[in-house]
Amino acid sequence: MNNEQAAQWMRQTAKMLAEHKDELSKLDQAVGDGDHGVNMERGFRAVMEGLDEWQDLALSQLMQKIGSTLVSNVGGASGPLYGTAFMRLGSAWKEVDHVDGPAWVSGMAKAVEGIAQRGKTQAGEGTLLDVWSPVAAMFDENEPDWKKIEDTAKKGMKETENMVVKKGRGALLGEETVGHVDPGAVSSFYLFQALANTMNEGGG
Amino acid sequence: MKKLMNDPERIVSSFLDGLVAANGTLIQRLEGTDVIVRRSSPPQKVGLVSGGGSGHEPAHAGYVGKGMLDAAVAGEVFTSPGADQFFAAIQAADQGEGVLLLIKNYNGDVMNGEMAQEMAEAEGIKTEMVIINDDVAVNDPDQRRGIAGTVLVQKITGALAETGASLQDAKRIAEKTVSRVRSMSVALTPCTLPAVAQPSFDLAEDEMEVGIGIHGERGMDRREVASSEKTAQLLLESVLKEIPSAAPLALLINGMGSTPLMEQHVFANDVIKQLDRDIQHTYVGDYMTSLDMAGVSLTLLAVDDELSSYLQAPVHTVQWTQC
Repeated sequence: MNNEQAAQWMRQTAKMLAEHKDELSKLDQAVGDGDHGVNMERGFRAVMEGLDEWQDLALSQLMQKIGSTLVSNVGGASGPLYGTAFMRLGSAWKEVDHVDGPAWVSGMAKAVEGIAQRGKTQAGEGTLLDVWSPVAAMFDENEPDWKKIEDTAKKGMKETENMVVKKGRGALLGEETVGHVDPGAVSSFYLFQALANTMNEGGG
Repeated sequence: MKKLMNDPERIVSSFLDGLVAANGTLIQRLEGTDVIVRRSSPPQKVGLVSGGGSGHEPAHAGYVGKGMLDAAVAGEVFTSPGADQFFAAIQAADQGEGVLLLIKNYNGDVMNGEMAQEMAEAEGIKTEMVIINDDVAVNDPDQRRGIAGTVLVQKITGALAETGASLQDAKRIAEKTVSRVRSMSVALTPCTLPAVAQPSFDLAEDEMEVGIGIHGERGMDRREVASSEKTAQLLLESVLKEIPSAAPLALLINGMGSTPLMEQHVFANDVIKQLDRDIQHTYVGDYMTSLDMAGVSLTLLAVDDELSSYLQAPVHTVQWTQC
């Protein structure tokens, strides 16, 4: 992935989140306070607005900008979690101008570690980490198989439906959260679907 | 949904502008942010910052002023402000004596507060954070939410800070108050988010939701709507269980946004009649609301001489003024 593809990834994500804004908010209403779609749409709209200005930045700086923009504009718990993930990608890719297999491995490992630290959570607790963590594990030294990445993200998202939420507002509902997909896992699925689409179009 | 507003996306910003326009001698808005700061603070005072999602007015901007907060951060409706906003508030409140963050126990607020603390520490500003979790509707203390009891923590800590106390002392009294304050709420109707335009949950005409938070999230228990007397008994029982000491109490009856003062006082009367304890301070009104939700919360604080004296100390803010 180069700079232009990273920007394209963000544009695709913004578009998908805008399209699914109401769906995400509705999912959030079942387990939280119903504003996940609104917040994510606002955050990625701000990223879109920044993209033109950031086009000459190094890939690592671009990721940092995306991260801090998400922290500032998404707010809530999703802002720090998504923001931390992108900032960690940025710090992992300091010497990188084209993200290949090994760079994906190190970047995603750092992103997952960042989300876990910031959210004081781990995989299996019904959060966006249940998408990020298995997706991170799908990368290896080879050029990524984007179809497999997308399928893994989808599977991770779906599995949150069977989990008892242990973090965030949903945690207060306990067993009742079984049967509900985690909205953060759904927005993360869209993020990785957008990545897969972008990388397939660009031919890797 | 009928609401008096212009652009739902700009409702928080418009609210802050209005608050400052109406109270310009007391507060101002930090340019380019959603942070409300006190117009004048005594020199060398520890800074007191609170904040969180909007929709809980008058909390928190209404409590900025002498004897209470130095800065308040307003997020989007029911959404924690970003870390940069908390950081801007910390910078504005710092006078070299450090800053205490008073944060309600919600993941977003805690995470953004922690990130802001990291930013502040990198700038050489000493910070501490106290997390408020007074809601006994939740069993697990780690998951307990911060609700109306927050306002009493802000009042007491603000009064101590006004005397020129240190950051550590401010942290001490905030933690002491947190350890002795407990609340629980009941909703008669849900609330409606301006940007979502539909009620946060469905509640039948004859139902009430017990143990709700302040974000339109569902409560712990749904039951047939009861009289004020019975509702008082229900909430008192839950809250008192968590206040084991026989200490005198401060009582706060808080309206959730669209409960008339008449009903709040009907409820207050029922609570006071049933509460066979020494009540040293009583507050009734809208202190920590949930947009247009109908309902009340009951907060009890086990006071001692120290906490009592800070509750009685003078305060001059938009919402809370006493000589």
